[in-house]
Amino acid sequence: MATSKLTRRSVLAATSILAMPAVLRAQDATIKIGFPVPLTGPYGTEAKDQVACAQIAIDDFNAAGGLAGRKAELLVRDDKLNPGEAATRTLELIEKDQVNFIAGSLSAAVQLAVNNVAKQRGVIFNSISQSDQITALPDWSKTTFHEAMTPHLTAGAVGRYAFSKFGKKVVFLRADYAYGDEMVDGFKATGASMGIEVLADLKHPLGMTDFSTLLPRIQSLKPDMLVLCNFGRDQQISIKQATDFGLKKTTKIVAPILLYTSRVAVGPAAFEGVIGGTSYYWGIEANTPSAKIFNDKYRKANGNKLPSDYGALGYAGVRSILDACLRAGSVETAKVVTALEGAKYDSYKGGQEMRSCDHQSVQSVFIIESKSKDMINEYDVFNVLATDAANADNLRSCKDEGHA
Amino acid sequence: MDGITPDLIILQLFTGLALGAIYVLLALGMSLLFGMLTVVNFAHGAFYMLGAYIGIVLLGIGLNFWMCLLFVPLVVGSLGLLAERFLIRPLYGRGIDYPLLLTFGLSYMMVECVRIVFGTQGLPFDTPELLQGASDIGIGYFPTYRLFVIGVAAMVLVLLWLFLERTPYGLIIRAGARDPQIVRILGIDVGRVWLVVFGIGTGLAALAGLLAAPLQGASPEMGNSILAEAFVVTVVGGMGSLVGAVIAGLLVGVVVSMTSLFQPEMAQVSIFALMAVVLLIRPQGFFGRAGLMS
Amino acid sequence: MLPAEFVARCKRHRVVLSVVFLLIFPLVMPFKAIAVNILIYGLFALGFNLLFGTLGLLSFGHAALFGGGAYACGIAIVHYGAPWWLGIFAGLLGGMLIAAIIGALAIRTRGIYFAMVTLALAQCVYFVAYQASDFTGGENGLRGIDVRDINLFGLHINFVDPLNRYYVVAAFVAAALFVLSRILASPFGAVLEAVRENEARARACGYDVRATRFVAFVISGGFCGLAGALQALHLSIVPIETLYYQTSGLVVMMALLGGMGTFFGPFIGAGVFLLLENLVSLWTVHWQLVVGAAFVACVLFFPRGIWGTILLGRAK
Repeated sequence: MATSKLTRRSVLAATSILAMPAVLRAQDATIKIGFPVPLTGPYGTEAKDQVACAQIAIDDFNAAGGLAGRKAELLVRDDKLNPGEAATRTLELIEKDQVNFIAGSLSAAVQLAVNNVAKQRGVIFNSISQSDQITALPDWSKTTFHEAMTPHLTAGAVGRYAFSKFGKKVVFLRADYAYGDEMVDGFKATGASMGIEVLADLKHPLGMTDFSTLLPRIQSLKPDMLVLCNFGRDQQISIKQATDFGLKKTTKIVAPILLYTSRVAVGPAAFEGVIGGTSYYWGIEANTPSAKIFNDKYRKANGNKLPSDYGALGYAGVRSILDACLRAGSVETAKVVTALEGAKYDSYKGGQEMRSCDHQSVQSVFIIESKSKDMINEYDVFNVLATDAANADNLRSCKDEGHA
Repeated sequence: MDGITPDLIILQLFTGLALGAIYVLLALGMSLLFGMLTVVNFAHGAFYMLGAYIGIVLLGIGLNFWMCLLFVPLVVGSLGLLAERFLIRPLYGRGIDYPLLLTFGLSYMMVECVRIVFGTQGLPFDTPELLQGASDIGIGYFPTYRLFVIGVAAMVLVLLWLFLERTPYGLIIRAGARDPQIVRILGIDVGRVWLVVFGIGTGLAALAGLLAAPLQGASPEMGNSILAEAFVVTVVGGMGSLVGAVIAGLLVGVVVSMTSLFQPEMAQVSIFALMAVVLLIRPQGFFGRAGLMS
Repeated sequence: MLPAEFVARCKRHRVVLSVVFLLIFPLVMPFKAIAVNILIYGLFALGFNLLFGTLGLLSFGHAALFGGGAYACGIAIVHYGAPWWLGIFAGLLGGMLIAAIIGALAIRTRGIYFAMVTLALAQCVYFVAYQASDFTGGENGLRGIDVRDINLFGLHINFVDPLNRYYVVAAFVAAALFVLSRILASPFGAVLEAVRENEARARACGYDVRATRFVAFVISGGFCGLAGALQALHLSIVPIETLYYQTSGLVVMMALLGGMGTFFGPFIGAGVFLLLENLVSLWTVHWQLVVGAAFVACVLFFPRGIWGTILLGRAK
């Protein structure tokens, strides 16, 4: 008898000791957000800025008391701009670190890889790089969100502005992958109603280092506008070489997305007068209060520097999730999904809405032009020419994307 | 295929030659290393990239572009000498795998060091003022700088040919390539010859990188893709054959250029297809010796 | 040094030891997914080494075999609704089929030219996959290889669970290792070595050297294809990078790092490489510097590769 009593007591004691930290953990456990970004590779600068911006969202959340005392934590992982590595890192984040949410990625292929792993395990993923496919079936899932703009939206906005101003004879030069194709489709969809004439639609392989072989032909077509649907190094080199070939004398160069870092890497002369779109430019703070607040936070945290376009998306992606947790009063996936769906918010660039049917953030697009003079500081490289206001009609319709 | 005129095709041919000129410089260096040292240099692309960055450093301390053309190959070539002396030399006679693995690791290190010093996103490199703009070449306008690149490559070829054919040192190098053992038996320090060859090879790569920088700017990854292309040129021309490197370099340039005209998205794969066809018909390349390194 | 008796005992029970190792391996790794990656790349490197280490043929096109297997498995599952086991079988066949095509063309050449022909043909495979985006997803990669449950002889396994996933993959890898060791120990394995050591003599003994090379290439394709199929199931995607020439380069490096002249060397090379890369990239973004330096040091100081050096040390 005595032994059995002892046993029972010790079992009880052991249970309570084991149980106590578990209870504590449920209350105090930090909210973990996995953040896979390409810290190494050609977009390392953007990725580091994304981390810096995401950290601002985390710090704000924690400073405001968190979710009833629960603090948030950012788990940064290097996806090396490689979908296989990204999938492995996402598995690590979900299986080992047991993150509550995932935000991040900086390429279409990588975000689709992360999404594929996350949705299989029912983890919310808020993507912060461009893709038309992530919001469409079969890639989309109930836990998939897209904070960034889509190529369709970006190209449409830039097209609406450029086709009305610089002429109708257009040559497209696209990188041969989904991003290039989606951008060209977006331009063509907008251009069709504006009566543009496509003189040529050329493809080049991804990662091309010499466009000289394509430029003589483009030159001989004498277009009003050369639309470069490529990204990163491809865009930098093609703009530089088009300038060297003297194309700008007769032709306006337009790109759907102009990156701050690309402009810095190639220099003011080559980018002079190039028109493009962006999801964020710090200069909008003059007439956008939320941008001013965000920029000031960034200046304070990073020694008076200013955030980059893709960097700011890191802030937006993490903040959307944390705000939804506050609204839901929980980190449970189903509740946070409900809180995110249809959310109207203005966190850094003016009003946005997370469209319920496909989880795409409806947002404005800024049309910018690269400048080479009258710069007030090293970040002052673009003029904002126009703002394409947030409007769900500019996105692909949910029906087109395959949603019921 | 609208808008393709005979003039355009000739212009495109010219563009191909300018492109090929860079390939030739890279492949010459690679072929030297292959043929004489049996070193498959995976760091060749990294030395090419280093050429562009050393150019930026030298311009930054006040040298002009013309002086860079001389000093960049010297600086990078000296780094190549150090690499040969301390890293590659212990590996001679151990088969081709070891230098290959070592230079692979070395290229990782070089690229990362450049990222640490100069940042990840690349740096601008302006075309020298005198060479900006386009010149009329009879059939249309062509960027002056690209004409200059063709000229420099041609000059380097002549100098290299004079060096190899007309100097006693060149004689030793040629003999060493044919049969290093005999050269050694004749009492010549082959090690020193190889050191010089490695310096020349890496110096040529750096020159190619410097010449490419005004065309595309400098970035840490710029050597990665061109490495594969340079391999193709070297192999198609025949390993160790300098004439082969020149002809294959120009040929590859023209093939890329012509595919760009008709089927641009195939521009990159076209050179691999060319290599497959050439090697299947003539397994040792245009001018290579059969059975090398088998 | 370990006592000779102990070593001998280990050798005698190496199958048991291997099984025990595979069982506890995921528990000592930083996370399960990387343990699975190591198994997959280990198998890939072993398949590659059948050609490189055993036959002395350096191929720079093995990405096509690995990626071919991955895509065959993925396409069978995504586009044709095949069950998981059929996907794996498709991967195995896919790897062998591509190996047969590349092999038939490439075995005519030798040495560094063989490496370059395989590289060129593999790049053509990459290009075809890149362009056939309706089937392969193009640059975005193939997504949606959604295998959540594995049912085998009434046994139900939750494949999303990390440990289960590891053991399923480990079972396939272990089986493949066993088959490979039997092939190497067979008369065919002896012929492979004979061809490597002295081609003329092998021919004089009546062996068809070209046919031997071809068969070895196809078998190698089977192992690499299986590895690719397992990767497709593990990651639930097939990145286009799987087919890129850098994947071919990677497996060469893994084999050399581990020691190409040994059976387990390539496997160990794959493990060390992936672990090093993962651990170092956690504390510095400059992981490439460390990995590169490790390579250089390895070549200079352990030229037989890690496993080769260990075996040599034990032999002394």
